[in-house]
Amino acid sequence: MDADLIVQILFAAIKTGTPLLFIALGEVICEKSGVLNLGQEGMMLMGAVVGFLAAYGSGNMGFGILAAMAMGSIMSLIFAVLVLHIGANQVATGLALTIFGTGLSAFIGADFVGQTIQGFQPIAIPLLSDIPYVGRILFSHDILVYFSFFMTALLVYVVNKTRIGLTLKAVGENPHAANAIGIKVLRVRYLSVMFGGAMAGTAGAYMSLVYTPMWVEGMTAGRGWIALALVVFASWRVGRIMLGAYLFGLASIMHLVLQGLGWSISPNLLAMLPYVATVLVMVIIGADHFKEKLLAPRSLGKPFNPRNMA
Amino acid sequence: MKKNNPISRLELANITKQYPGCLANDNISITLMPGEIHALLGENGAGKSTLVKTIYGIVAPDKGDIIWDGKEVSIKSPSVARDLGIGMVFQHFSLFETMTVSQNIELCLSKIQLNKIGDLAKRITQLSEEYGLNVDPNRYVHSLSIGERQRVEIMRCLVQSVKLLILDEPTSVLTPQEVSGLFNVLRTLSKEGCSILFISHKLHEVTEVCHKATILRGGKVVDTCIPSEETPATIAKMMVGDLADQDAGYSKKEGTITVFNVTDLSLPSKQPFGTELKNINFDLKAGEILGIAGVAGNGQDELMAIISGEDERNVKNAFTLGKLKIGHLHAGERRQLGMAYVPEERLGRGAVPDMSLTENTLLTHSTGFVKNGLVQWQSIKEYTSELISKYKVKCHGEFSEAQSLSGGNLQKFIMGREIGQHPKVLICAHPTWGVDVGAALAIHQALLELRDQGAAILLISEDIDELFLLADRMAAVCDGYLSPLIKTEETNIDQIGQWMAGTFINTAVQEAQA
Amino acid sequence: MIRIQARTEPSSLMKVASPLLAIVLTLIFGAILFSAIGKSPVQALQVLLIAPLADSYNIGEMFVKMGPLLLCAVGLSLCYRANMWNIGAEGQLLAGALGGSAMALYFIDSESTFALPITLLAGIASGMIWAAVPTFLKLRYNSNLILTTIMFNYIALYLLIWSVHGPLRDPDGYGFPESALFSDITLLPTLFEGSRIHLGILFAVLSGIIGWFILSKTHLGFQIRVFGADEPAARYAGFSGKKLSWFVMLFAGALAGLAGVSETTGPIGQLTPNISPGYGYSAIIVAYLGRLHPIGAIIAAAFMAVLYMGGELAQIEMGIPVAVISMFQGVLLFFLLACDFFINNRLSLTNQATN
Repeated sequence: MDADLIVQILFAAIKTGTPLLFIALGEVICEKSGVLNLGQEGMMLMGAVVGFLAAYGSGNMGFGILAAMAMGSIMSLIFAVLVLHIGANQVATGLALTIFGTGLSAFIGADFVGQTIQGFQPIAIPLLSDIPYVGRILFSHDILVYFSFFMTALLVYVVNKTRIGLTLKAVGENPHAANAIGIKVLRVRYLSVMFGGAMAGTAGAYMSLVYTPMWVEGMTAGRGWIALALVVFASWRVGRIMLGAYLFGLASIMHLVLQGLGWSISPNLLAMLPYVATVLVMVIIGADHFKEKLLAPRSLGKPFNPRNMA
Repeated sequence: MKKNNPISRLELANITKQYPGCLANDNISITLMPGEIHALLGENGAGKSTLVKTIYGIVAPDKGDIIWDGKEVSIKSPSVARDLGIGMVFQHFSLFETMTVSQNIELCLSKIQLNKIGDLAKRITQLSEEYGLNVDPNRYVHSLSIGERQRVEIMRCLVQSVKLLILDEPTSVLTPQEVSGLFNVLRTLSKEGCSILFISHKLHEVTEVCHKATILRGGKVVDTCIPSEETPATIAKMMVGDLADQDAGYSKKEGTITVFNVTDLSLPSKQPFGTELKNINFDLKAGEILGIAGVAGNGQDELMAIISGEDERNVKNAFTLGKLKIGHLHAGERRQLGMAYVPEERLGRGAVPDMSLTENTLLTHSTGFVKNGLVQWQSIKEYTSELISKYKVKCHGEFSEAQSLSGGNLQKFIMGREIGQHPKVLICAHPTWGVDVGAALAIHQALLELRDQGAAILLISEDIDELFLLADRMAAVCDGYLSPLIKTEETNIDQIGQWMAGTFINTAVQEAQA
Repeated sequence: MIRIQARTEPSSLMKVASPLLAIVLTLIFGAILFSAIGKSPVQALQVLLIAPLADSYNIGEMFVKMGPLLLCAVGLSLCYRANMWNIGAEGQLLAGALGGSAMALYFIDSESTFALPITLLAGIASGMIWAAVPTFLKLRYNSNLILTTIMFNYIALYLLIWSVHGPLRDPDGYGFPESALFSDITLLPTLFEGSRIHLGILFAVLSGIIGWFILSKTHLGFQIRVFGADEPAARYAGFSGKKLSWFVMLFAGALAGLAGVSETTGPIGQLTPNISPGYGYSAIIVAYLGRLHPIGAIIAAAFMAVLYMGGELAQIEMGIPVAVISMFQGVLLFFLLACDFFINNRLSLTNQATN
């Protein structure tokens, strides 16, 4: 393999890993607050279809992204109300959100299947993109990839260095204690869940506006689920999520690599790779159970009802 | 009440709080003066916790007024309480284990307070020296002992310069030596004008430090007194009404042959922040109660889990039942051989909350009730109603869900269920924790009866008084070590207290190395 | 004003009424939605709910769809009772279809009377294997069951697609990604002349009854319920969580596998990439709607089958996208979860505002 191909592969790995990065960034914040939202796939599909329709209708890509974000948040709000206020089971509600989102997105997007759109154009960042190899891998992407870089950096800072991060950690570790010292647990969780929704929406918009760029039913192909595994893989650390997302991106474009090596394997078998990789990752991280328990937000998936304090 | 006095720090007037099926606070009125240490006394379920949670803004009262420094206030949340100058130390600590002491304290402070303080770590160190609290701001909370954690909670309040400090059963988790350290801090605070509301059910402590006491029973104020003018016995009478003369003292027995033996049990902790068991040895004889004292979190839970087999790790040679090695057997097999357990957590472990008592009988008692894999529901039903009447379990019937029973009645049921299987060995953790005096008495009787029938009983408890009352031999755990065993008649509270604090450990380690 | 109050004891009426209420609310939601997109809500609901039961052919098709839904849902009910979050019924169904089809193709020239039972057993075994791997990974390596079972759904799907493009493709099929038509010897007998209702529906109803028997009559079923309701209590009582986990997962895998092989050897008669319109996922909703009770699942599966039929008819007759079914399923589960709130809570009118 020559250097050019490697650069191409790494560039593609980042591009493919970006939607995973967006969802996982949203989900990690949500999980840090103690809420497990299995509805990622549904929120992402809704983001994809609404983003596509908005951009298609208005001709404005930015508007498409904003609409997708808003849609993701609205979807997550349904989840939040059921889980946080009504105390519904988080797993079941998340599944319902995914099933609902899958159906609704297919329903409203039915007439637009196969329509294409002029996607975002890559922007080469002056100077940085001229760095040999690295410039082409990192700095000649479209604007959403740069946005994902920015969001990662922002979240690393917020989670680790600010009082907001400390509050988030407190709510996720022990909501009763957090409530007792005056933190508004439900408010923190609502905001976290909705941030997760907005990020999942963005990820969906990335799929339908940049990656393909068009709308196809079920086009996210399980990325929402893979992102959930990614969060565990990264041990709930924001920085590591970026690395994990690109590794999964690499697994998804393995056929490029193998073609580069001159192997020929059925594309249907290669399509399994990201899923097999996810299972392997689950095995590897699960084996170190002690560490996982140590790092996972302590109240993850458990309901909190401030009325039951007494 | 007394209108001529200077302005009171806090006045509660006619506080009422109704929960479904339970009137937790019924027209409670209390007055606290600046610098006063005021005890709030009562049995579990008397309404103490609800009342202090009302003051701290966690629980909203249905009725009643709160007057703070002469002004009527509405405390809608803990942050309102803190702004007023109210601080609270919880029974189950509200600390975050994965954060440092300094971060834990920072979370409780508003931006304004933080700016005023400036360097928080410095301030913590300074206060720590001033009050002799010995708190290091940079340590992670999970590495702190229970006593240290409590001091962090107190530090949280001190940093905010509170005017009223509420302590919810602060001494139940401390060794006797740590308790006296805490009392010194409280006296210093009181002298500086800080009022203290002190919840307890340990009467000698109340007579030692408190200026005034209010006694609650069934959600009502039944009496007030000046503790220094009373004795623990007279206060006890006020707390429980007519049931006070329970401490008759029971006869001690000497065990016969060893039925259960623990040899060289060492086990790393399974949970993060759990306790590692270190070289534990003891023998349990037929016809005796062996009491194990210790502050919570010193390895009791881990010990119970590995003996019962809930912790599934193989410790083949560590346990001997009769002549059989049982350390490799799983929990169900151990039960078949005659082991029975009464766990600390009665709802959610000892009984399934949303299952009927009949189903909860079958939970551990399947012998004779399962034929060819099929459950004989009719005979279990009949047996369960016998259990209910024999142990006077108050409930609607054998169809009642476990969660609908009060703690004491559920404990009587669980105790009866385990005893009904005629165990050779009964492991019993905190059997009377949180139950009323009548139920406690019944549970004590049941244990003694089982002992007299020749069963071996291991009694794990945090309540030293109970251990002295029931146990024939005693030991203490500290940091995963077990102290030597000693006959109850040959020891005293002071020695067991020292052991709970770990004074035996150095010799134990040396012996192990020799 | 209206206040929410916790009930002292859970309402047994609401436990039964909640799924019915959820269905009614979902229909109201549907009516509003159809009005919004300019379709007649009355006509839409008529097509969705009444038309599937209007003639014997449609009723027959309804039963054909009910079979796999019920088989999967009974298995999932037991899994969820034991707190094993198996989302993998779809993959287990596909694996059963794949394994069974491979066996059926092996018997394509056979006359043996054992061909059909062996084919069915092959499907069951394949479903069990597909459930066994995630179970093993969970118990041995503590990996997250939800995620591994979902990944196995995707893996099964691509394996199936690969098979019909490769080893199992009909050599005389002009390159279409489909297997050869199975021999009659390996086809499930139909129950009525002129209808597609086949033996599968009997398997399904039988599985519901067996599931109910296990849960309510046997000690094993009791242990499953305790394990799911209160794991510490199960460990305290000495029930083997591993044994119970294996049992429910293999049971669910077997039933889903049977569902898969019954589809290929029943109404379809060959292996194609589209043998399941998401039965395994819909079965999750069926299991919930049936209160995780195997008998409840029978009723819920019948309702869901009507919805499936109705969805197809709505597409044909009114041009409503078939995706509307999956959306209704999601909404149904939302409403069900919301209505369940009132099992433990109630609304009460109070005379005065407090505080």
